[in-house]
Amino acid sequence: MYLHCDAVTKYFDEKLIFKNVSFEASTGNSIAIIGPNGSGKTTLLRILCNLMQPTEGIVKYKHNGNVLLKQQAYRYFSLIGPYLELYEQLTARENLTFFAKMQDIPNYPNLLTRLMQRMNLSGREDDPVKTYSSGMKQRLKYVFALLSEPKILFVDEPRANLDEEGIDTVYSILTEQRKKGILIIATNDSEDLKFADYKVTVHA
Amino acid sequence: MRKAWLILQKDIQQEFKTRFAVNAILLFAVVTLTAVSFSIGTYSASQEILAALLWIILFFSAMSGLSHIFVREEETHTADTLKLVALPVNVFWGKFFFNLILLILVEIIIIPLYFAVMNFVVIHTSFFILVMLLGSLGLTGGGTMVAAIISKASAKGALFTVLSFPILLPVLVSAISATNSAVGNDPVSLTGNAIQTMIAYDVVIITASVLLFDFVWNE
Repeated sequence: MYLHCDAVTKYFDEKLIFKNVSFEASTGNSIAIIGPNGSGKTTLLRILCNLMQPTEGIVKYKHNGNVLLKQQAYRYFSLIGPYLELYEQLTARENLTFFAKMQDIPNYPNLLTRLMQRMNLSGREDDPVKTYSSGMKQRLKYVFALLSEPKILFVDEPRANLDEEGIDTVYSILTEQRKKGILIIATNDSEDLKFADYKVTVHA
Repeated sequence: MRKAWLILQKDIQQEFKTRFAVNAILLFAVVTLTAVSFSIGTYSASQEILAALLWIILFFSAMSGLSHIFVREEETHTADTLKLVALPVNVFWGKFFFNLILLILVEIIIIPLYFAVMNFVVIHTSFFILVMLLGSLGLTGGGTMVAAIISKASAKGALFTVLSFPILLPVLVSAISATNSAVGNDPVSLTGNAIQTMIAYDVVIITASVLLFDFVWNE
């Protein structure tokens, strides 16, 4: 797997957010996107995930040497961020079953059970997401992201809303991901930065 | 289409738990029908006027509920999550069929009530059902696309009706004209143009929506 971000620039109306951000990553790489508050770390992650268009520049994905079209690329990555929400009225199981079916994940019930156990959410599968605490919702987002066993994992603020035990679990996930795929994290936290091979700074 | 079906199932599951769209659209239809029946009172309106009133009730009822399907995704910040797992074309068809089912359900309740309360008599029943189906397809096709556009705006409620009205006007006018034939005012044979217009409108609006939805959804 290969990710190429080439001279990406983003303006909101006339306001420049960041300019000429370029980097490459392939399997086994981990990158931290750093920058002060409001510098556009989240915006860059959203652009990398095709949730937003860059004003200039291109984002390219390759798998087995083939360039992936936008409508193919989304199968290979997952994103975890504070602005991504699951369906509050549905239970965790209903949410995850829907997402697993949408992504054609085989044998998802077993995977779902295993991931819920790993994120310490066992026993809460049939509770509506609206009854979850913010920390539990963050854990559930990790279950959602890991369901598809992504080749690239984007994480915005990995420690957000998590307690010590949750942070340890997340760090073990980040360690695994940087070995088997590509890990991109947006953070300024010094503990999180230990998981990055190199840093990309964004600023206007 | 399997993915669109999954999105439809998910939306129905959510709707069963909140009943927001069903309640909004149904209550609006019942309240409007009651207001119309009281205002006409003992006067008997012509079948022509009743045909127009039926479509006005259905149009504004649709306006009160059809936008909810996209507004909910934006307001609860689940639109991005859905974008990560679904292609735009599947999202459009899932939402389109949800709105179509919703509108047809409301029609199943409102139209018999309208017959009973307003003394509305349909002579050509099968023709009337065809007109209702074509009209519903047009309202849903245009309404779903406009709903996706306005869901990103701040003044969603007012904007939906204002933007939808000019887009849906051709199907609304044709549907009223064709309904007139169904109640026997005009011979059915003379309403070919209205039916052709509705079929053409449905094909164009749904095709255009499918082609353009990617740009609206990913904007």
